[in-house]
Amino acid sequence: MNLLIKGGRVIDPSQGIDDTLDVVVENGLVKEIGKDLAAPAGAETIDATGKYVVPGLIDMHVHLRDPGLEYKEDIISGTRAAVAGGFTSVCCMPNTKPAIDNKAIASYIINKAKTDGFCNVFPVGTITQGMHGDRLAEMGELKESGCVAVSDDGKPVKNSELMRRALQYAAGIGIMVISHAEELELVGEGVMNEGFTSTELGLKGIPRVAEDIATAREIMLAEYVGASIHIAHVSTKGSVRIIREAKARGVKVTCETAPHYFTLTDDAVRGYNTNAKMNPPLREADDVAAIKAGLKDGTIDCIATDHAPHHLDEKDVEFNEAMNGIVGLETSLPLSLKLVDEGLLTLSQLVEKMSCKPSELLGLGRGSLKAGSVADISVIDPQKQWTVTEAALASKSKNSPWLGESMTGAAACTVVGGKVVFSGR
Amino acid sequence: MEFKHKDIIALRDLSKAEIELLISTAENMREVNSRDIKKVPTLRGKTIINLFYESSTRTRTSFEIAGKRLSADTVNIAPSNSSATKGETLADTALNLLAMKPDIIVMRHAVSGSHYFLSKKVGCSIINAGDGAHEHPSQGLLDMLTIKDKFGRLDGLKVAMVGDITHSRVARSDIQGLTKMGSSIYLAGPPTMMPPGVERLGNVTVCGTMKEAIQDADVVIMLRIQQERQGKTLMPNTREYSRYFGLNPENLKLAKPDAMVMHPGPINRGVEMSSYVVDGNQSHILKQVENGVAVRMSMLYHVCGGGSVE
Repeated sequence: MNLLIKGGRVIDPSQGIDDTLDVVVENGLVKEIGKDLAAPAGAETIDATGKYVVPGLIDMHVHLRDPGLEYKEDIISGTRAAVAGGFTSVCCMPNTKPAIDNKAIASYIINKAKTDGFCNVFPVGTITQGMHGDRLAEMGELKESGCVAVSDDGKPVKNSELMRRALQYAAGIGIMVISHAEELELVGEGVMNEGFTSTELGLKGIPRVAEDIATAREIMLAEYVGASIHIAHVSTKGSVRIIREAKARGVKVTCETAPHYFTLTDDAVRGYNTNAKMNPPLREADDVAAIKAGLKDGTIDCIATDHAPHHLDEKDVEFNEAMNGIVGLETSLPLSLKLVDEGLLTLSQLVEKMSCKPSELLGLGRGSLKAGSVADISVIDPQKQWTVTEAALASKSKNSPWLGESMTGAAACTVVGGKVVFSGR
Repeated sequence: MEFKHKDIIALRDLSKAEIELLISTAENMREVNSRDIKKVPTLRGKTIINLFYESSTRTRTSFEIAGKRLSADTVNIAPSNSSATKGETLADTALNLLAMKPDIIVMRHAVSGSHYFLSKKVGCSIINAGDGAHEHPSQGLLDMLTIKDKFGRLDGLKVAMVGDITHSRVARSDIQGLTKMGSSIYLAGPPTMMPPGVERLGNVTVCGTMKEAIQDADVVIMLRIQQERQGKTLMPNTREYSRYFGLNPENLKLAKPDAMVMHPGPINRGVEMSSYVVDGNQSHILKQVENGVAVRMSMLYHVCGGGSVE
């Protein structure tokens, strides 16, 4: 299928473009960008007037729950949610059942995504076998099988010696290590951020220093062995400061944050709202301010969702019993666009954090609309008003803290490999 | 004034006037408790389920007696475990109980906020008999009634509270209630047991030492120190705890001469309080227990919509 995406505001940081232009897609590739282009033979024309046309958005941190936990989400429903949120690629975390610690599981995911999925799926393998934290996973074979990074996401690697070796070994193979940075002894039995709200609600707190210490450890280990490290879902003021300092002295550290960490504080937990329970937990106003400052000054490289679907039965319980995590694929775009409205980021900077940078860090060969690139394109309607409801969400799970709230901005059309896979909610 | 709440889950949710109403009704209920035949027909035909996921002698018995004195039918259930991961979920247990049409469920549960969760699931009234480290509203009310008995008022008093504030639901209910009534709270305890931001709960001052907290206090409330909750990291041992945070006849002299001493029980004699103080003439501990029945009668009465007490 050939496409002419006409009259949109094309924002492509990889070429320094921000202008009203047409995009021609032929045979799955971007053929040309320019003014008043003619539709190629047999092309479908998409009117993008008043919309943004950007390199396909990439979410480098999602949980697709497939294989093993398909009652929460699977590759089909997860990628359907992704394209509805404007994403053309997602990187899925390895805490499936079994974990993505071998070629068979990685291949299963890649193949299923190719045959049944709506967007590109790049698996993240484990750092340790079975995510048990005692032996390195076969990172070489994982990379050959198509894994784009390794992580024991959800289960920090406790043993510092093992983490040091993981960083060294992964550097040799040339695969990125993504750390879920939390010091587990400090997390303890905590169920929310430790602060005034936890005091008032009588819930056990998780201190911010649990994340700060782990972030510092990862940076010191990476610096010591000369390897790179990516810190997942940064939520604290302290982590932002530590990463900023490390970057300034040349440590190869990168990081991501999630929309909930720059949108919500732990006040959202009031009423014992289990859809505001995640790990790391929602923090306080000064953390939100620090995350925003980190996004602005480039300390925070990427915005990823940590899309973590859970079944109603796992959330509709007492607060302590509820599972950690929220769905995020379909709310990320409107929440992130707010950063542009607030003047914190330019549109171009936002596209960098949601497309170019994740592609560059993970070597996905995407994040650009240069002629000859794979035609992964997100057309965004920045004015679209919609309400987050269970029915509106394409994900199998509905565990969103924004249920019932109205959003501004949505994917108008999502193109993966030159094919329209979503055309508006 | 009418009491408009279906549930009583936290004193944080109640206004000053509502707290005053619950206390004044409790004062009236004491007349029933002093009769030869301690029973009125007010809640006849009402069914109350006492659902206790955590062990309790005092509170459960007190709620049971309170219900019986008002002629309600009371049933006690103590599920052997509280975890949703084992067996039936809390919601399912509640829905099954609800099918038997109780009017009130009185619940104690280890998870903070579980009563709010339950309240969304069931239509009957919910009374909180203690949830995790959140609140214990009947204890807060009975503490206030006991203080009012002594001073005739609940405003302008200096109330010292000593112990593990972090894990104490009694502390949170006392702080919510007493500061709403106009008293000041002075907290003392090891810094490891002082929750962050506790000063923002009301008129609360965190003191560096126990001495500072009890100096010229009108009321001294001692909290139970629980080895099982404090684990190994919050204090060296009970010996050292007692040395710095135990109440004894010597340091009690720092408080006002007529200061009252209270404790929610059960007491660790010789740890947070010396027996000389527990059994001394400034102790109001048994008076608290006595008031507990009247306060719980008042709570049951109001969530059932009030009406006449004969």
